[in-house]
Amino acid sequence: MNEVKKFLFVNRKAPYGTIYALESLEVVLITAAFDQDVSLAFLDDGVYQLKKGQQTKGIETKNFSPTYRALDGYDVEKLYVEKESLDARGLTEEDLLVDVTVLGSREMGALMDEQDVVLSF
Amino acid sequence: MLHIINKSPLGNNSLDACLRVAASGDILLIEDAVYAATKGNAMEGKVREAMSRLKIHILLPDLEARGLADRIIEGVAKVDYGGFVDLVAANKNCQSWL
Repeated sequence: MNEVKKFLFVNRKAPYGTIYALESLEVVLITAAFDQDVSLAFLDDGVYQLKKGQQTKGIETKNFSPTYRALDGYDVEKLYVEKESLDARGLTEEDLLVDVTVLGSREMGALMDEQDVVLSF
Repeated sequence: MLHIINKSPLGNNSLDACLRVAASGDILLIEDAVYAATKGNAMEGKVREAMSRLKIHILLPDLEARGLADRIIEGVAKVDYGGFVDLVAANKNCQSWL
């Protein structure tokens, strides 16, 4: 039971339009509390979750983007973003509100391969 | 007529389908559809092309929430919630592309 497993959270949805991004974040924090080896992957519209400058006052919804910056306080420090997804959205690493590792598609695939558990949002 | 889109253009084909069939009128991009009106998005070319025959509007609070209000394609009209209501009232009918 005390065996540490490698967990990967795969985030492919934009924030706010659906509840997936926020729910993923909740489960990430729970998993981290159990001292597991946690990584987060952002691809497709999931890269929008990390966009700087989110201002949600106008839609009267909680802006949860600052939480990504707090993840290192929970020892969640491995954030991976797919380069092809950034490119298709006109985004660069400088547009993101946290430090990430940018991976090509095949490297992202290899990261998924090496996990014990993959949770998809 | 007014076409309302609320899905990201890269995760769903609602906007593509709308642009395929709509010859004229207004399109309002709300929620995750606002990404379509941002520079550098893979849909930018199609959106610019559509602007010659359709008037494209975006709901600004949704773009602000997503941190992209400074990246809107020139010529796309920004509306607030009151402007949303005005668009609905000004058109004889509307379709939400779910």
